[in-house]
Amino acid sequence: MYPASFEYHAPSSLEEAVEILERYGGEAKVLAGGQSLVPAMKLRIAAPRGLVDINRIAGLDRIEQDDGGLRIGALVRHKTCERAAVLRGRYGVLAAAAPQISDPTVRNLGTVCGSIAHADPQGDWGAALLALGAEVRVVGPSGERTIPLDGFLLGPFATALEPAEIVTSVQVPDPGPRSGGTYLKLERRVGDFATAAVAAHVSLDDGHIRSAGIALTGVGPRNLRAARAEEALAGAEPTREAIAEAARLAAEDAEPWDDHRGTAEYKRNVVRVFAERGLQAAVAAARSGEEER
Amino acid sequence: MTATQTLEQALQTRPVTVTVNGQPRSETVETRLLLVHFLRQTLGLTGTHIGCDTTSCGACTVLLDGTPVKSCTVFAVQADGREVTTVEGLAQGGELHPIQQAFHEEHALQCGFCTPGMMLASVALLAENADPTDEEVRWAISGNVCRCTGYQNIVKAVHSAAAKLREAS
Repeated sequence: MYPASFEYHAPSSLEEAVEILERYGGEAKVLAGGQSLVPAMKLRIAAPRGLVDINRIAGLDRIEQDDGGLRIGALVRHKTCERAAVLRGRYGVLAAAAPQISDPTVRNLGTVCGSIAHADPQGDWGAALLALGAEVRVVGPSGERTIPLDGFLLGPFATALEPAEIVTSVQVPDPGPRSGGTYLKLERRVGDFATAAVAAHVSLDDGHIRSAGIALTGVGPRNLRAARAEEALAGAEPTREAIAEAARLAAEDAEPWDDHRGTAEYKRNVVRVFAERGLQAAVAAARSGEEER
Repeated sequence: MTATQTLEQALQTRPVTVTVNGQPRSETVETRLLLVHFLRQTLGLTGTHIGCDTTSCGACTVLLDGTPVKSCTVFAVQADGREVTTVEGLAQGGELHPIQQAFHEEHALQCGFCTPGMMLASVALLAENADPTDEEVRWAISGNVCRCTGYQNIVKAVHSAAAKLREAS
């Protein structure tokens, strides 16, 4: 399969990349890992007139940590996240999601930021990062701006990104000590998209849940935040009952549909079961962080 | 032909130099040319197979700067200035690479279609893990589909190659 012809650019700076994108007025795409874009171009679902390969821009391939949290650069591959010690512990939801994305060969090239910019409702990073309240850092002709991920993801393959803007990093606020999380995904085989998946994160405070982050994959037009479940847990004791109730709310807020991966009813039930298991695991992980301190 | 068309066409082709199996290869390619087609059609290295052509099966796996990638999902222009290893680059001086020897001895193939990709994924695993567990081997080749063997003998072959490589070092 051959993609349609395109003009290829491999700039060495973000400024140059933005300039090129601007020239194409929305008819060019950014190429990072290419593991979603290239297949879409081969099927001619996407046929951009220009391609701006950002792989030769220095400094975008790092995960940086400071007091405020984590910054995951635009060229950080899934594989890097899979192996990054910094993503374990309080950012455990990210460490759990990384090895469940596609297959190891795809993970060698695919990027976190590319996945977010692609905004596939079946994408795993969207849910994992929503559970941690991540923000998207972008650069464009009028400078830099930061968009909460929840406001960045608009619908299937649609984001708040302007045509000449590039995602430069995803920023994850430090959830603090006594935090933990996990990502539970049901897939029919390695490399398949999720039948349904749940990202679950909690931060504890004196035996209570200070805040919870719960987000869903594959059961809506985009990665969904289970806001009612999060609110129900905020300030609550992490009892079996409270967690079961939150899981019930998360399942209620899912928007699944029938397809070859399962019926809507089945997927909703998977969300409930995974939310319950995920939250229990998140609480256990947060408590083990508590003991360490 | 107008000047604009000429410029457009100029931007749709590009000279690249890719070091393939140790040899620098310079060609002018269409930007839309996939790495797998560059290897098979431009260079005539047909050991890299095209299976699903949809980033699923791993038959087209090659090493790009030592890392396994699906060459049906990378443009040749992206490999400019980089190193590619294909199955043709495994044997040295007429001697099979230990992974090739092991696949042969352990009957790790029937039709052979997935074999080049399987071997390159395995070579990359063994480069960073000299003595992998069964689970680590299965994990490493989980992006490569085999419809013949049921994987048992492939896993055996990777262990056997690991032992050969440990002995040799």
